[in-house]
Amino acid sequence: MGSPHLLVHDKKDTVGVVVIEGLRAGTNMLCVVTANNSSFRLKAKMDVPIGHKIALTDIKSGDTVWKYGQDIGKAVAKIGRGEHVHVHNLKTKRW
Amino acid sequence: MARSKINGRMSRGKAAFKTAFKTAFLGWRRENGRVGVRNHVIILPLDDLSNAAAESVANNIKGTLALPHAYGRLQFGADLELFFRTLIGTGSNPNVAAVVVIGIEDGWTKRIVDGIKKTGKPVTGFGIEGTGDIMTVAKASRVAKDYLQWASELPREECDVSELWVSTKCGESDTTTGLASCPTVGNMYDKLIPKGVYGVFGETSEITGAEHLAKARAASAKIGEKWYRVWKAYEDEVIQAHKTDDLSESQPTKGNIAGGLTTIEEKALGNLEKIGRKCTYIDVLQPAEAPRKGAGLYYMDTSSAAAECVTLMAAAGYMVHTFPTGQGNVIGNPIVPVIKISGNPRTVRTMSEHIDVDVSGILRRDMTIPEAGDALIDMIMRTANGRLTAAESLGHREFVLTKLYRSA
Repeated sequence: MGSPHLLVHDKKDTVGVVVIEGLRAGTNMLCVVTANNSSFRLKAKMDVPIGHKIALTDIKSGDTVWKYGQDIGKAVAKIGRGEHVHVHNLKTKRW
Repeated sequence: MARSKINGRMSRGKAAFKTAFKTAFLGWRRENGRVGVRNHVIILPLDDLSNAAAESVANNIKGTLALPHAYGRLQFGADLELFFRTLIGTGSNPNVAAVVVIGIEDGWTKRIVDGIKKTGKPVTGFGIEGTGDIMTVAKASRVAKDYLQWASELPREECDVSELWVSTKCGESDTTTGLASCPTVGNMYDKLIPKGVYGVFGETSEITGAEHLAKARAASAKIGEKWYRVWKAYEDEVIQAHKTDDLSESQPTKGNIAGGLTTIEEKALGNLEKIGRKCTYIDVLQPAEAPRKGAGLYYMDTSSAAAECVTLMAAAGYMVHTFPTGQGNVIGNPIVPVIKISGNPRTVRTMSEHIDVDVSGILRRDMTIPEAGDALIDMIMRTANGRLTAAESLGHREFVLTKLYRSA
């Protein structure tokens, strides 16, 4: 298995983290779940910088977003599978 | 060079790493039995007004270190207690061989001197009022010179890894810290805490979103409740009482957001990776409070601002700091070596002079977290043996006091 493009902490997660620089839209990403070393493929829908998140599934506005198998906030816009997830479509439930 | 050496060792494979880390280092045994990994003679100003004299003494006596700061006047109550605890704790840290204290007046100067004196190390105080800067600097410089020459001849002795007190706090975090550098610290604690090392983590605001997990990692339900009260008090009395928005430019920070972190919950979950999988914390400390329940992991109620937090942990007696960073925080401390760990390949490339341990191989899946933990332990032992950290080499000496409220 080569170097992954995307790492996912937990099986339950709905987002993963881009771990290479210069990821381009259309890339057929190798995604690895660190909890159990399982892997899958996912097509990136947009250019996403290293460290930023990509949706693993279609997410509706209002849905809880999961990472580390935990609640990291709620979607405030519709997010398609393979799209960039960040401050424009995900907000804290705190503060 | 440090990086290629680590990578070179990595290539020897997992087997070579299993028990590869050294368990002894050369340290300075202090009068109270604690061991230091540095041998500083510090010139400690009581207050903002005494910074100039303290810096003059350090300029006169090469090799001493002035610790200028912004406070020490008209503080009161818990804020004043924290101030004294921090200054006395800093002088008492075993990385410090001897201390010259300079204050504007004699009363509080003596309080600092008496506090540090309990360790048995040499300490002398000087008050400026009635003497003036010039004569104070002259008198203090003579004492500083004697201390420095005395300290320079102190022998080092072989010490076991169990003598180490290792603190942690991360900064300029991004999503790679939760994947790589924070779990590296966690793996180090999982290996060193059972050997009798003291550990500490903190950053109260930055546990928000992972408080259920943090509470569950206490050694007992009672300690978990104590932790929860500390977290809830900050949440209610500081954040909810003073916030004007959702803290979207403060927590996560602009740097965190640039690095891909979106919410405080996400940041907190990555932060908590620093305590590994097995450790439980055995007590909850006030800011700058020294641990009193023996070896083990502690929680300290601190700000999440890097320099404030590291200053408080150093004042509690921790003598090596491990600092995971994603986007590249450059912090150091005057008396404690701050070891930087990064898993972000871009940061390792663009800010290489700041990084002591490169764990970006974790993202490529060509380094495991246990291997990274061993690489960090190796760097801790080398640092304890005298290797200067990136922050020490670059002259980072951030000494920042935590202020609880306005002075009178």
